[in-house]
Amino acid sequence: MACFLVPAAEAAVLTVINKTVLSGKTNEKTEESSAEHKASVPFAQKLKWLTNLLWGGSALLAFEHLWHGEIVPWAPFLTAAANPEDTAVMLSEMSTVGVSMAVLITLVWAAVVIGTNYIVKKPAVDIKISE
Amino acid sequence: MTLLVTVFAAIISTIIWYKGLPKNDLKLGTLCFLYWGASIMWFVDAIFEYMELQAEYFAPAPVDMLNDLFLGLSVVALGLIIWLIMLLLKDPKGLVKTALLKTTSK
Repeated sequence: MACFLVPAAEAAVLTVINKTVLSGKTNEKTEESSAEHKASVPFAQKLKWLTNLLWGGSALLAFEHLWHGEIVPWAPFLTAAANPEDTAVMLSEMSTVGVSMAVLITLVWAAVVIGTNYIVKKPAVDIKISE
Repeated sequence: MTLLVTVFAAIISTIIWYKGLPKNDLKLGTLCFLYWGASIMWFVDAIFEYMELQAEYFAPAPVDMLNDLFLGLSVVALGLIIWLIMLLLKDPKGLVKTALLKTTSK
């Protein structure tokens, strides 16, 4: 019904945090870049992967909701918000399906970050460059 | 069906992105994020639907399957359109800008 709104809300919050707090810190760090910093992916960059996943997924799911007539281009925009009974079902779905979507995306991102850290720390000898 | 179509789109775009590394001129990462994000979300949706329908989930009506396939292909097309617009706006190689400036200088 409107489950995609939960990951979209997470994306909005993280985008603001990334743009206001973390991007400034990254700029400060790059000025004093040491060899160690060069060999790691900045956290702001990693957080951008998460926001991209959340925004991308939410955008395509919003289209699916439009397809099924759950979103309309006039107020209140969500058909489930038209009457209290449907609103209760919508909120219940958001708290179960929506939250689970946001949690799973965050977990997958965490796994990707762990994988990235492993790849970056791998000795350069192991990396074979094909000609 | 929508989940399956999106997962295949995500896998194919990731393989093409990997093949293009380290250049990444086409900004295929954007496309990968779009499809993977949607795939994960639809996977969760599928789990909840399975919990409700049990084995019936795997035997959908042909009309529903066709509608889901149509939706999946439309989602893939929408993802490609979003990626294309972002690519043209970012214009990483500056080709669009060069072409536009050439046109105006003539």
